[in-house]
Amino acid sequence: MNDENKEILSIVLLIFLPIVLFFASFLLGRYPISPIDVINTLLCPIFPQLEVSPTITTIVFEIRLPRIIAAVVVGAALAMAGAAFQSIFKNPLVSPDLLGVSNGAGFGAALAILISGAGVVTQIFAFIFGIISVSITYFISRVYKAGGILILVLSGVAISAFFNALISAIKFIADPDDKLPEIVYWLMGSLASVNMDNLIMIIVPILIGMIILLSLRWQMNLLAMGDEEAQSLGLNPTRVRLLIIAGCTLLTSAAVSVSGIIGWIGLVIPHMTRMIVGPDNKILIPAALSLGASFLLLIDNISRAMIAIEIPIGILTAIIGVPIFLYLLKRGYSEWS
Amino acid sequence: MVIDNKLFEVRNISFSYDDEEIFSGISFSIDKGDVLCILGPNGTGKTTLIKCLNGLHDISSGEILINGKNIKKLSFREISTHIGYIPQSHVPSFPFKVIDVVVMGRAPYLNLTDSPKKEDMDIAVNALKTLGIEHLRNKEYTNLSGGERQLVFLARILCQQPDILILDEPTSHLDFGNQIKLLEIIDNLAKSGLSIIMSSHFPDHAFLSSNKVAIMKNKRFIDFGTPDDVVTEKNLRNAYSIEVKLIELDDKRKVCVPLKTNLELDL
Repeated sequence: MNDENKEILSIVLLIFLPIVLFFASFLLGRYPISPIDVINTLLCPIFPQLEVSPTITTIVFEIRLPRIIAAVVVGAALAMAGAAFQSIFKNPLVSPDLLGVSNGAGFGAALAILISGAGVVTQIFAFIFGIISVSITYFISRVYKAGGILILVLSGVAISAFFNALISAIKFIADPDDKLPEIVYWLMGSLASVNMDNLIMIIVPILIGMIILLSLRWQMNLLAMGDEEAQSLGLNPTRVRLLIIAGCTLLTSAAVSVSGIIGWIGLVIPHMTRMIVGPDNKILIPAALSLGASFLLLIDNISRAMIAIEIPIGILTAIIGVPIFLYLLKRGYSEWS
Repeated sequence: MVIDNKLFEVRNISFSYDDEEIFSGISFSIDKGDVLCILGPNGTGKTTLIKCLNGLHDISSGEILINGKNIKKLSFREISTHIGYIPQSHVPSFPFKVIDVVVMGRAPYLNLTDSPKKEDMDIAVNALKTLGIEHLRNKEYTNLSGGERQLVFLARILCQQPDILILDEPTSHLDFGNQIKLLEIIDNLAKSGLSIIMSSHFPDHAFLSSNKVAIMKNKRFIDFGTPDDVVTEKNLRNAYSIEVKLIELDDKRKVCVPLKTNLELDL
């Protein structure tokens, strides 16, 4: 097969994989539903003449659909943000929490669980503190103006550590009978309790983030050549990078606010995608979107269908993600040499 | 009154970094088709000067004018349609295909949210053809030899369709043969109407492709003019603190030979 056919095949696969997985995911779960029932139920709001049982309607729309959408959105958001960060920081080891978004969001969630406990408050706090932590990181890097990317990354490391300490502090004072397990469970990442209300709240930041990254995806190639070259090609590297960081932060904060902290997707999926479609961000970013959505959907299906008790998805992504990552390393990744 | 704007004019510029003066009092101008070679010892500020000339660094005083317009008043995008730049060294990132690297040269002509279109791809392919490297089109640029990679970057700045090329030691990573090939390409580009400013470590290069030479030493230009006037044994001795012999070859071309300094280390 020549290169061009291979490219077309990968693109077709990347379009159909998430769609097929999306519909297949409705079939999985404790209560068996046939494919025909799924199709009928999903079409029911458009064609009311179709007959479906109320039990199946409840399961499809209120239990399985929110969860499937959440897996798609969270997986796509984390993978896109990871791919974008790797490109603009010229480093394939970078993940979306580089600038402190995850620990910031984790602190927000832990704080909300401590003082309130309402799911909505937790989600809003997680989202806002994710954005606050990246803003602090970025602000610090602007104060020390010389140094550029290195200072930005180092302040990200520092702010991450700072919020991590705050999370520990909250865990330390939290009631070990109810608040502490809730905080720990949130930090492990899970899609088990996602409902439609959670999802509606993140539509706007997710859409804005995706539009920013998709619009600027070719410019990421220029940033990957280094700031001086990007500027000599007419780009304002600082401004474009800030826009991309803003887009990634909206995506990651929104994703983490519904799912808790899910690691590895933002690191491993961009790698897998790059191996399939190459490093050109024009294709890489939408491809990472597709593969990220598919991967988390698959993991979530495993998480809820494999054994009777549900395994937190943050654990599974790492347990399944790490072997994949190591396999990729073994295959002799040309980028790493 | 008719104002005769020079293509590129530098008026008494200086640059300081953290109160330390890197260079000062530099003035020159170039016209269409000129090739200016900046010579000088290591650490004399050639690279900093080059980065000031294309707006990557802001000069501390003086003026840089492109077609009579002050560079400080131009956006990065406007500068990039006039000046193409190849840095001295490039840290490779991801293994982009050669064609994807070359088409980056179209960025000045695309909106911020656009990707290259078919016309841009055609321009990129033409640039590859011009330099005779079309066969590299789908190769990963990170796996190329130093000479091939330099040609890829040249193709990229040809896509930018600038008036001026600024090259920071374009031959520094090239072998003996590729150095002369690159200088001949530069010569051809100048004949086609481009103006070129380059820095070099080799005084010989000034004779091969330039019509203007500057020698930089101790933060200043110590001489500026035609290669024959500027690249003299006296100037070279002054610049590099060694004895140099100029020899004329049969085809009247001059070469510079550094003489041994008889350095003896007490080992």
